Parts: sequence; structure tokens; C-alpha cells
Amino acid sequence: MMDDLSLVMPEVVLCGFGLLLLLIEAFLGEKSKSLLGILTLIAASSALFFVLRLSRLNGEAFFGLYSLDPLASLIKGLILVILVLITVASIRYVERENAIAGEYYPLLIFSTLGMMIMVSTTNLLTIFIGVELMSISVYVLCGMFRENVRSAEASLKYFLLGAFASAFLVYGISLLYGSTGSLDIRAYSEAISAGNYSSVLMLGVALITVGFAFKIALVPFHMWTPDVYEGAPTSVTAFMAAGVKTAAFVTFLRIFYTAFLPVIKDWGGVLWLIAVITMSYANLTALVQENIKRMLAYSSIAHAGYILVAFVTGERSLSSSIIYYLFAYAFMNIGAFTCVMLMERKGEENLDIDSYAGLSGKHPLLSLCLSIFLLSLTGVPPLAGFMAKFYVFSTAIKAGYVWLAIIGVLNSVVAAYYYLRVIMYMYFKEPVKEIGEIDLSSPYFLVVFICIFFLLYLGIFPRDLTLLAEGAVSVFF
Amino acid sequence: MVEHSYNLYLLLSAILFTIGAIGVITRRNGIIVFMCIELMLNAANLAFISATGIQKALEGMIFVFFVMTVAAAEAAVGLAIFVMIFRLKGTISVDEMNLLKG
Repeated sequence: MMDDLSLVMPEVVLCGFGLLLLLIEAFLGEKSKSLLGILTLIAASSALFFVLRLSRLNGEAFFGLYSLDPLASLIKGLILVILVLITVASIRYVERENAIAGEYYPLLIFSTLGMMIMVSTTNLLTIFIGVELMSISVYVLCGMFRENVRSAEASLKYFLLGAFASAFLVYGISLLYGSTGSLDIRAYSEAISAGNYSSVLMLGVALITVGFAFKIALVPFHMWTPDVYEGAPTSVTAFMAAGVKTAAFVTFLRIFYTAFLPVIKDWGGVLWLIAVITMSYANLTALVQENIKRMLAYSSIAHAGYILVAFVTGERSLSSSIIYYLFAYAFMNIGAFTCVMLMERKGEENLDIDSYAGLSGKHPLLSLCLSIFLLSLTGVPPLAGFMAKFYVFSTAIKAGYVWLAIIGVLNSVVAAYYYLRVIMYMYFKEPVKEIGEIDLSSPYFLVVFICIFFLLYLGIFPRDLTLLAEGAVSVFF
Repeated sequence: MVEHSYNLYLLLSAILFTIGAIGVITRRNGIIVFMCIELMLNAANLAFISATGIQKALEGMIFVFFVMTVAAAEAAVGLAIFVMIFRLKGTISVDEMNLLKG
């Protein structure tokens, strides 16, 4: 029992801090705003410390309900780094927008806890609890600005569609359980290789895919994404784009590559089609967006499509490219959304792309940073976005999916248009409207510089992360 | 015999799930949409319980408790969101949620 607890130390620490924060807010009230932010940072770093200390361990705890392996450790590290970055960026944002810090930070922590739980288990019960803990916390975070109709609407839409997706997930799990009698995903691969291709099992696989496709925002299950990303507080949008997507994708990857790999080969066509539609639809729709948060939302759908390109191949040894992509994607998105947070003012002004016209004259540093993130999203070397796309598309080619890779590359060319349009607005257009004072305080820039550092580091020395990712995906063998 | 009744229960749960899913898509009142989602979750519960009978393993039963708990948590958050929306807009019709689109 003691060993079990020592394996889940990161989660225990995070959960303890989350509960502590709720108490502190209850006793100190409004005074505690910045204190809560700092405590969240302490919580995340101490959890990160434990993740690093346990990172070499392999083990199971609580009768197989929880398992620790290199993949889980690596992704938990990424998720905690995301939490740190979002918290630092939120410190000024929460003050400016006058959000209720006493609920904001604990919810961030609990949502992160859900992500950590869902990535480090092979049991569907634990995965379900993790997914729900993450989702329910994020439903509330989306509606954090109670007085703002857009925020409330985003929260409602995310809640209804998220709960709908969860119902699909649970029903899928119940069918899998009904046909195999186990909730452990490793049992399914045995059942399938033993020849259990019953329709109940296949329906279960399909429903689980639908449930996760909602969470990852794959077309045609993406309807909520642009609306929710636009309406939610920008820090929460960044958190959803980076954290929720990473955790959901890794869990999806683990379920499929552990349990349903033979099925992927059969269903390659469907997933192939979803990948193509997701990339193409999202990129074409992003071309005409005038709101930058909406544009980035469509871009995040498109990136999910790129990741799915590597996923479709079903090559276990090459799936490290997915992990690399998730890292690069998290840093690009947090950086870009932090720049959007800098630009926007209370009441969500300055969100249309027109406000970015002529920005380089007034705020050269901000425009430079935003340009770096947009270039990385486009996939320009030497930034990590380029290496990520390179790995994903070369995975597809190595696995024989040449057409998929070609469609992917063509899509990134289309995507270049709307990313570069913002850069063009910033550097080559005259300002069209008064954007007002911008809060250029240091927490935002700290986040931006950390993201730029990681993008450059991962882009120039991809080997370090690739080795880690290869070690991580070895759990699938 | 057990196998046969399991299939019947599974059929019933599939029907319940479908009714719920259709309700989510067609109904316009937010609370009724949410009730339909609960119906889908309960369909899953039924499938779990009937599967426990045939598989002779207890995990399915335990899963039902977790689903019920999560559904309760979802209801708490969801109803709070409905109240927030109603205060701001005076309606919880899903059709009126049209500020964000494009």
C-alpha cells in the first residue's frame, strides 16, 4: 500500500494543493489573489519534482487501476509545464479581468489532475474518471466570466457537447466490457488477436473513437471548438488547446495502440478520411476568420488532423512523432494565445485581426514574438513546428501513406496563408484602429520567452526529445 | 438462457441510448437536452449491469457507481451553468445560443 502511494505522489500533491487553495480563498477572500497564483506554481513544481523523481520507474498500483510508465511520466511532465506556463500568464490576466481567483486556480489544478490520471493508466474506469475530472473542471473554467454572455455561452455549449461525448465514451466502454469482461485495455488486444471480432466489440471501439474525437476536436465532431475557444477566457482557451488536447490525444493513442491496433488496420480508411477532412475543412474555414481566437481554434483543429496523419499509420515504432508534435504544439499555442492575451483588453476587445494592423510600429517586441509563434505554427525551420510536421509526414511516408502526406503538406501550404496574413497585418499595414494601452507586464513576457526558448531548442536539437519520445512509446511493444 | 437475456438487455440499453441521442439532437430546451444525456448515461449503466451478469466479474457494477457519481457532478455543474445563462439571457433555449458563430 505504501508503495502504491509513493507511485501516485505527483497526483496526491496536486490534489492536496487544490483543496488547500479552496480553503485559503474561503478564509482570506479577495486579498489572496496573487498568493493563490504563487501557490499554484508551487503545487505544479512540486508535482513536477515528484514526476521527475519517479520518471525511471515502471509499475502498477491499486490493483492495476493505475500504472506508471515512461509515456505517462513524459506526458505528465509536459502537462505540468503547461500548468506552470498558464498559471504565470494568468497572474495578471485574472487581475485585469477581475475573475474569481479562488475558483480559477483550484479548477486549473483539478483539471490538470484529471489529465494526469487519464494518461497514466491502462484501466478504462480510471481513464473515465480522469476524463470527467478534466472536462467538468474545464466546463466551469470556460464560464469563469460570469457577467460575460459569450463566456457563459461557451461554457454551456462545451458542457452540453462534452457531456454528450462522455455518454458515447461510457456506452462504448460498457460494450467493450460486455464483450470481453474486462476493463483493462491490454485484455482487448488479447481478445481481438484471439479472434473476437464480435459486432458488440467493434461498436464499442467506434463509440470510444467518437467520444475521443469530440475531446480532440476532429471533424465532424468539432462543432463546439471554434465557439468555445472564442468565448472562453483566453487563458482557459490556451489551457484547452494545449493541455486538454494533449491529454486526450495521448489517452486515445494509448487505448488504440495498446488495444485496437489490428482494428486500426481494418479501419484505416475511415481514419484516413477523418484526417483528410479534418485538415482540409479546418484550414479552409480558418482562411475567412476575422477573430484571432477563432482562427487559432480552427488552426488547432487542423493540427489535430496533422497528428491524426501519424496516428492512422498504426506504426507503433513511429508513434514517437505524435509525442513530439504534441510538445511542439503545446508551446506554440500557449505562446500565441499569451500574445493574444497581451493584446486584448478587459471585455475582450482587440480580438479581431484588424487590431493587429501596424502593431510592429508601436510594439516591436510583441509583434516579433507573435510572428515567431505563427511561423512555428506554419512550420518554418528552425522552429519546432517544422520538425513536428516533418516527423509526422515522414512517418506517413515511411508507412506507405504517401497520398496522406501529400495532402498534409498541401494543407500546411494553405494554412500558411492565414498565419502569414496576421504577420503581414502587423508589419506592412497602417494601424486602422486605436488599440489603447497594452499591459506589457513581465509575467506574460516570461511565458512568451520560455515558449520561444522551447520552440528553438526543440527545433534545433530535436534529438533529445525524440529519444525521450521513443523511450515513451516503447510501452506499446 | 443467460446469453439470451443479456442480448435482450443490451437491445433495451441500445434503444434507450438512441432515444437519448435523438433527444439531444432534436430538443431545444437546455434542461431537456441534459435529461437526454442522463438517459444515455443510464443506458450505459444498464449495459454494464447486464454485462456483469454474463461476465461474472464485478468491475461493471463498480463502474455503474462511478457513472452515477460523475452524472451527479455533471448535473451540479450543468444546472449552475443553466442558471448563469438564464440570468444573462432570460432563456435556456439552445437555439438562442447564437452569439458565437462563424
